[in-house]
Amino acid sequence: MALAKRIIPCLDVENGRVVKGVNFVDIRDAGDPVEIAQRYNDQGADEVTFLDITASHEGRDTTVHTVERIAEQVFIPLTVGGGIRSVDDIRTMLNAGADKVSINTAAIHNPELVRDAAQRFGSQCIVVAIDAKRVGDVDGQPRYEIFTHGGRKPTGIDAVAWARKMADLGAGEILLTSMDRDGTKNGFELGVTRAITDAVEIPVIASGGVGNLDHLVDGVLEGGADAVLAASIFHFGEYTVPEAKAYMAARGIEVRL
Amino acid sequence: MGGKVAVIDYGMGNLHSVASALEHVGAGEVLVTHDAAVIAEADRVVFPGVGAIRDCMAEIRRLRCDELLRSALVEQHKPVLAICVGMQALLQRSDENEGVDCLSLIDGEVRYFGNPLTDSEGTRLKVPHMGWNEVQQMKAHPLWAGIADRTRFYFVHSYYVAATDREMVAASVDYGVSADAALARDNLFAVQFHPEKSATAGLTLLKNFVNWNGQC
Repeated sequence: MALAKRIIPCLDVENGRVVKGVNFVDIRDAGDPVEIAQRYNDQGADEVTFLDITASHEGRDTTVHTVERIAEQVFIPLTVGGGIRSVDDIRTMLNAGADKVSINTAAIHNPELVRDAAQRFGSQCIVVAIDAKRVGDVDGQPRYEIFTHGGRKPTGIDAVAWARKMADLGAGEILLTSMDRDGTKNGFELGVTRAITDAVEIPVIASGGVGNLDHLVDGVLEGGADAVLAASIFHFGEYTVPEAKAYMAARGIEVRL
Repeated sequence: MGGKVAVIDYGMGNLHSVASALEHVGAGEVLVTHDAAVIAEADRVVFPGVGAIRDCMAEIRRLRCDELLRSALVEQHKPVLAICVGMQALLQRSDENEGVDCLSLIDGEVRYFGNPLTDSEGTRLKVPHMGWNEVQQMKAHPLWAGIADRTRFYFVHSYYVAATDREMVAASVDYGVSADAALARDNLFAVQFHPEKSATAGLTLLKNFVNWNGQC
């Protein structure tokens, strides 16, 4: 027996409410983050991730307060991301009760932030979020690049090389989102998932595009992901976490039942 | 039971999770502190830890938390629960940060998982060891009450404990190597995993701790 593959419901939060965007544009309201995190905890989720999708533009106080309330009653690991720009932002979230903090755009503007944060707080709590998009083929191999601003702004950075660099700087985990798939329900982009899981020694969470339970299975068996993250399939009650785990277990994947 | 639980705070990260979880299981008064007088008055002590061992050891010594812990453990015989880096700090030495001397309350050392790390079938294993793994109970202990053998707990660490006295090993975890997941001796119980992040199983262990009289 071995380490279980993790199932991580993701709460995309805007103004203190859980929402799930389709390609980050068309957004639906799915409720109170504390209540939903508690529900996932009770269902046997392995972790909960909380992404503040408007944090780059708005005040952080609501988010900090929500994190505090979740941490008081949810006794599984909690990752918080969205608008984390500095060591101070990281400290604020860890002090509010987050176990890990996910850094995205700020790592692109300032890769040393990842090193500083890992040295100060430990790699175990530094997740680097990578939003990757397929940009065509190079020598017959698909090339994936990093995009920012919800997939709208290209950076020209190769996603696989970036993942390796982030791991070298001290990231403890990679949260990989395919911007081609996010919100589509067509499944993970398995090519980039496999390329990055093979490229780094640290765990990789696959994200973006889950529409059914086979997608979770594919993310692990074909993509090689250590954890799978999904939002809408859980938020709208299409599947419960125990259903997802039973389905994965029946396909030979080790999960925590 | 319950009473007062002191969570030793040497300034390395958030201890609210541990405190919240202890409160949740009815620990009574939970005090996050490095005040010697407060710790001396507590009925039991939690010694947590996150982050890199060198910084942890530096703060532990600077705030004299080593003396407080030794006193609670050896002189006052309070039940003590050490968690994660708190457990690692009890050993003699850690390989982390080019080698760091620790508290030597337990004989043994803290080693790197190794890179590359593989399981018995040759499959590559990621480091850190992050996630829910099976905890194999190696001996009976009051803190295992109501927790089935091979229950999964949440781990996150790149270095693992190898205690010299194998009689102390209360649980093991397999991750390329057999690592010590829990150590127990007299009034001390130390765990590599995070009970405060291990859902029902973790809360059961914490509840057992707040009801434990320190006897095995």
